[in-house]
Amino acid sequence: MPITASSAATAPTGGSGLADVTSSDAALRRFLHGLPGVDQVGAEARAASLATRSIKTTAKEQALDLAIRMVDLTTLEGSDTHGKVRALAAKAVRPDPADPACPSAAAVCVYPDMVATAKETLGDSGVHVAAVATAFPSGRAALDIKLADTRDAVEAGADEIDMVIDRGAFLSGRYLQVFEEIVAVREACARADGEDAHLKVIFETGELQTYDNVRRVSWLAMLAGAHFIKTSTGKVQPAATLPVTLVMLEAVRDFRRQTGQMVGVKPAGGIRTSKDAIKYLVMVNEVAGADWLDPDWFRFGASTLLNDLLMQRTKLRTGRYSGPDYFTLD
Amino acid sequence: MSDRIDVRKTYKLYVGGAFPRSESGYTYEVTDAKGAFVANAALASRKDARDAVVAARKAFGPWSGRTAYNRAQVLYRVAEVLEDRRPQFVQAVVQSEGLSASKAERVVDESVDRLVWYAGWADKITQVVGGANPVAGPFFNLTTPEATGVVAVLAPERSSLLGLVTAIAPVVVTGNTAVVVSSYSRPLAAVTLAEVLATSDVPGGVVNVLTGSAATLGPWLASHMDVNALDLLGTAGQTELARDLEVAAADNLKRVRRAPAAEPDFTREPGLDTMTDFLELKTVWHPMGV
Repeated sequence: MPITASSAATAPTGGSGLADVTSSDAALRRFLHGLPGVDQVGAEARAASLATRSIKTTAKEQALDLAIRMVDLTTLEGSDTHGKVRALAAKAVRPDPADPACPSAAAVCVYPDMVATAKETLGDSGVHVAAVATAFPSGRAALDIKLADTRDAVEAGADEIDMVIDRGAFLSGRYLQVFEEIVAVREACARADGEDAHLKVIFETGELQTYDNVRRVSWLAMLAGAHFIKTSTGKVQPAATLPVTLVMLEAVRDFRRQTGQMVGVKPAGGIRTSKDAIKYLVMVNEVAGADWLDPDWFRFGASTLLNDLLMQRTKLRTGRYSGPDYFTLD
Repeated sequence: MSDRIDVRKTYKLYVGGAFPRSESGYTYEVTDAKGAFVANAALASRKDARDAVVAARKAFGPWSGRTAYNRAQVLYRVAEVLEDRRPQFVQAVVQSEGLSASKAERVVDESVDRLVWYAGWADKITQVVGGANPVAGPFFNLTTPEATGVVAVLAPERSSLLGLVTAIAPVVVTGNTAVVVSSYSRPLAAVTLAEVLATSDVPGGVVNVLTGSAATLGPWLASHMDVNALDLLGTAGQTELARDLEVAAADNLKRVRRAPAAEPDFTREPGLDTMTDFLELKTVWHPMGV
């Protein structure tokens, strides 16, 4: 069954029994707190056991290429320049200049003011531009400022918007406020041509304290119409971890079972080695299913990961170990 | 009367300042010169070699950035700690090389002296091989030697301590970092030397010791794009292996110290080329009067 991202455009409704859970703060709280609790020890043990799979030879080749296609090449520094964004965009299109068979990355992830620059370099290469909006990374701004931030980025040509939720509101139990904020940002993602920019919702799981909260916020974001749920901004430690991603993958799997709609997952921050990336891919396959093994449904938010993937790929191709001297510093 | 059960040791590798087991999980039996079991040593795999190169690369910047004087102090400290562990090294040499105790003591003495000799060179090599060059123009023209980078050292097969020290010391004293493949059949001194390095002031990753076979690990190190130089001392007499390694090393233009026809006599004072083989000469032209 082909499921397109835009099918999530319609709010989940009838038949799934989720129609009225967002009708009031109390109903939403009842629903979110009624979700089964996460067995912390079990989740960590499951993630650890999945991480022991050995992926070698041709399977490894496929996994590395898939991982490269899933990378959202990210630069989110105060010191970013137009030149740096151009260089990064060029790298996303052709990660390994020495090998034309090397696939492109999925997207370039930048601050909203850099969207136009990235777009210009990427052209019609098929690599998307993702912009972090809504007062990234803290999310501490008034709603109208967040919405203006989003509209700016969409107007500049962003294909994807990475928004941060208001963790303060979520942790103090104002779920409906978080929900409505996501819905509002989702509306601000609308483009003149009718196509929406895809919305990724960042939870900053490092600040959410428990796996129960991760599960609740995942459902909250999916109910509000997120196309993607994303672990972290990369600015807070711990960022993405295997168990957190496991809980989120379970949530998207269960959400599809209940509503028929697919939502993507993006772990971001702290994934630096090919080995880590492959562990995530194994987990995606085992927990959510093979349908998610696609750049449209699973992404890595990373910057240094790409070079390691390229080094491993070169090692498989040439039969000798490569070194960091042969790849760009970015 | 001795009812005590032998403590059978299984030694580990020395990579990045830590003592990990081989990634492969394999070990091999080490026997003494008469063929009796002595201990198990970790059998390093290509992935251990890869990890060692990563550790050596990481250590290279800080180590080559230290003052030559400081590197001399560190090397001298290694000599001190080696001297403190004299009985253990004497025993290792007796077991591995089948020498008499008095001859083994001389080997250990020589090894300590060798370290001190190289330590002394740390802040003198620049004056000897570098210099101010007279040029036909209004320039100061200065040449200084700089460390090459990560050096893979295949240590001698027979001389397990003196040969090992003579292979490692000249590489690291000038600021290089080393990935050392110890003698396969005689790794005891290398294992103990790793313990000495870990407890003296040598930063982790500057010397990485892999116990295992040069024929297995050599090709991976020789073709590794992040290794800058290769010392083929350990392949003395193995013409074919040495040639293959030289060919593999050509891919990224590694500096190669070629294998000697036979293992040299390490008791003789080494020449400066043991150091200069792994140095790059940098020449700076500076306009006069600016």
